[in-house]
Amino acid sequence: MTLLHTLFPLGWEHYLLGGIAIGLGVTLLFAMTGLVGGMSSVFSSTWSFIVDRPFFQQTRLKGSRIWRLEYAAGLILGAFLWWLLLGGPDPETTSVPVWQLLLGGFIGGYGARLGHGCTSGHGICGLGSLQWPSAVAVITFMVTAMITANLVGWLQS
Amino acid sequence: MKIGNSLATLAAGALFGFGLAASTMIRPEVVLSFLRLQDFGLLLVLGGALVVTAIAYAVLPRLMKAPVLGGQFQKHPIHWGRSTVVGAALFGVGWGLCGVCPGPAIAGLGAGNWMLLYAIAGLALGALAQGLTSKGD
Repeated sequence: MTLLHTLFPLGWEHYLLGGIAIGLGVTLLFAMTGLVGGMSSVFSSTWSFIVDRPFFQQTRLKGSRIWRLEYAAGLILGAFLWWLLLGGPDPETTSVPVWQLLLGGFIGGYGARLGHGCTSGHGICGLGSLQWPSAVAVITFMVTAMITANLVGWLQS
Repeated sequence: MKIGNSLATLAAGALFGFGLAASTMIRPEVVLSFLRLQDFGLLLVLGGALVVTAIAYAVLPRLMKAPVLGGQFQKHPIHWGRSTVVGAALFGVGWGLCGVCPGPAIAGLGAGNWMLLYAIAGLALGALAQGLTSKGD
């Protein structure tokens, strides 16, 4: 009981159930359409609508831009349903400063696309299909994220 | 048929987004508390999602000849190279700086977290910069 409370001070059930729901979402996409859905690619594929460069016009991105946007719209819808049914009266917000969101987003977006995936692409879909490059990627980004988060927390305290 | 694909993709995304919200991954503070080793919940989220996904990827192609709406089950082999490690390392630095990764950045909007638009702008510009400077694929 104490160990559980030490590891999960806010409770553990919602984490596990939420994770299972995420897995069921990935499963539903695969069962119905056969598609493998990580999340970071949508940030590249959507640029194919307006950027003419060959990189963005390659089939891998251009051919998936519609369903990736539909998938992203689903994400917003699902979180909205959670807010409606189970969430608090006030909208969610964060106290992370704007510069950190912008710069962290930029470095994370660049890195995810260079490294062919993010927490969902490597962490769920890549590991879920037992691909060892994803295991290396997950361990790598976990380590650099922990170092960065602790360093930033220490500098701000 | 096409509309069926769209609806299925939307529904799959909705389950994904519901899970991200229910597991509070749309709160950067919760993600940062994992990265600072104060709350290990993120491992349960990842573990839960991973087990379900691994079973689905292994079992569905054996149970069914093709996906319900047609087409074929994709493999999506993960590219391996120096860029995979360098990219992952950079992704981690960004993730550790803001506590937001692509899925939660998008899903969080559905729960009214407009601050995440800054993270989305950053992610989109980062992906643009990667594409514009890419020499290979």
